[in-house]
Amino acid sequence: MNQLGPHNSAPVSNVEIQPFWDATAKGKLLLKKCNDCSDVHYYPRTICPFCFSDNTVWIEASGNGIIYSYSVIRKAEVPYVIAYVTLAEGPTMMTNIIECDLDAVRIDMLVTVSFVDTGEGNALPMFTLDS
Amino acid sequence: MSIRNKAYIAGAYEHPTRHAVDKSTAQLHAEVAKGALEDAGLTKDDVDAYYCAGDAPGLGGLSMVEYMGLQVQHIDTTETGGSSYVVHIGHAAAAIVAGKCNVALITLAGRPKAEGMATGTKPRAWGMDAPDASFEFPFGSTVTNNYAMAAMRHMHEFGTTSEQLAWIKVAASHHAQHNELAAIRKVLTVEDVVNSPMISDPLHRMDCCVITDGGGALVVVSPDIAKQLKRKSVRILGHGESPKTRIGGRIDLTYTGAKWSGPKAFDEAKVTPSDIDYASIYDSFTITVLETIEDLGFCEKGKGGQFVADGNLISGVGTLPFNTDGGGLCNNHPANRGGMTKVVEAVRQLRGEAHPMVQVPNCKLALAHGTGGSVGTRMGSATVILERGDA
Repeated sequence: MNQLGPHNSAPVSNVEIQPFWDATAKGKLLLKKCNDCSDVHYYPRTICPFCFSDNTVWIEASGNGIIYSYSVIRKAEVPYVIAYVTLAEGPTMMTNIIECDLDAVRIDMLVTVSFVDTGEGNALPMFTLDS
Repeated sequence: MSIRNKAYIAGAYEHPTRHAVDKSTAQLHAEVAKGALEDAGLTKDDVDAYYCAGDAPGLGGLSMVEYMGLQVQHIDTTETGGSSYVVHIGHAAAAIVAGKCNVALITLAGRPKAEGMATGTKPRAWGMDAPDASFEFPFGSTVTNNYAMAAMRHMHEFGTTSEQLAWIKVAASHHAQHNELAAIRKVLTVEDVVNSPMISDPLHRMDCCVITDGGGALVVVSPDIAKQLKRKSVRILGHGESPKTRIGGRIDLTYTGAKWSGPKAFDEAKVTPSDIDYASIYDSFTITVLETIEDLGFCEKGKGGQFVADGNLISGVGTLPFNTDGGGLCNNHPANRGGMTKVVEAVRQLRGEAHPMVQVPNCKLALAHGTGGSVGTRMGSATVILERGDA
């Protein structure tokens, strides 16, 4: 069932990133890791953006992260929090912080992934504040 | 090979409209082209190179040379958002040095206001085939909240305040009061800015640029052409362009591509930031100016808040007069792309033709910087250094 906010939308996918979105339906956050340089990048690509090797594989993220930056969008139908979360695996991703007091969000807060159903066979990886 | 002293800006024109309900986009491009060529003292038939970016309709350069009836031997439609037109100057100068052309026309035009675009606050609906779109658009990513996150991080790392950011808008408004075409002419205070409605923390409405229609054009020429013209030309001394990316997820929102484009331009020009008499700094938001000023080396990284405070950007008051037309923050932000108007005002300053109340006395050396896309993550960045011409 679609649980998205009015500012959200289901992702437009393609063959290269379909495994990422398929995994979200199972509550998994996938990242791409390069077997040659060992670096993890985001968003996922076939060819590593650091060393240009095509020897990249999907790995499952722990789902733990820390808020790198955020903003509360006040001028919106329903105010919401957009954020960049730095994952335990290294890369920083754009997301929403949900189920929180909008005024309580701060940089450096610890967060955990939570999947929100798009109603279209996948889910958006959003984050909640660790208590 | 360098472009230093080998190309000139001979014509510059800013469209007077701010709300073009009665004009098409192609028409605006042609009107600014006509204006810049007349300013230079050249005709359409003198043009042998044409430059435009993503704001041009249809097939861009191809559609516009067809519409305007240009016969060119060189064309470049490099698209780096609002920085495109500053990029084009460097490309045009290089093409002139390489003997590919002698008279390069660069145009920008658009009508976001007439088309009712919620430029900054609606999730982006363009470029859905961009590889990053699937990982941003679903979360309600907008222009304003992307820049807001940069401001939030800059505040966190360096202690920058909303009041310091507000000074940038205040300085722009001091200049815009003298510009009868400016969208906002009221002189604003720091309190006016920080008390304006919060759009996306920590950016208030007054931290944002205006949404306007319009456009601008430039004519870049070879030294031989410049010598033949009656109009004062402006010499191109140095140029740098450096897109910045998310670097595979190693995101740092506290600096811009100006960190690279600035030093390239200064090295080529053989001048330093302290030599600059006037600076046009792209100002989509107050934070854009703050980070760019730091990255160009006008002050130490993280000290931008202190640098811009207390009127330091106001002409006749501070050490770095900036955006004396009122900039994107108060005057004009045609097609949501401010790089062009930055160069036009720098040319006015070097010709001594800025408004007398904001003209920098004996202005010899100016810098213009363009920014495009989303600050710190997927952005265009280009810097040009210009000198008062002797041709």
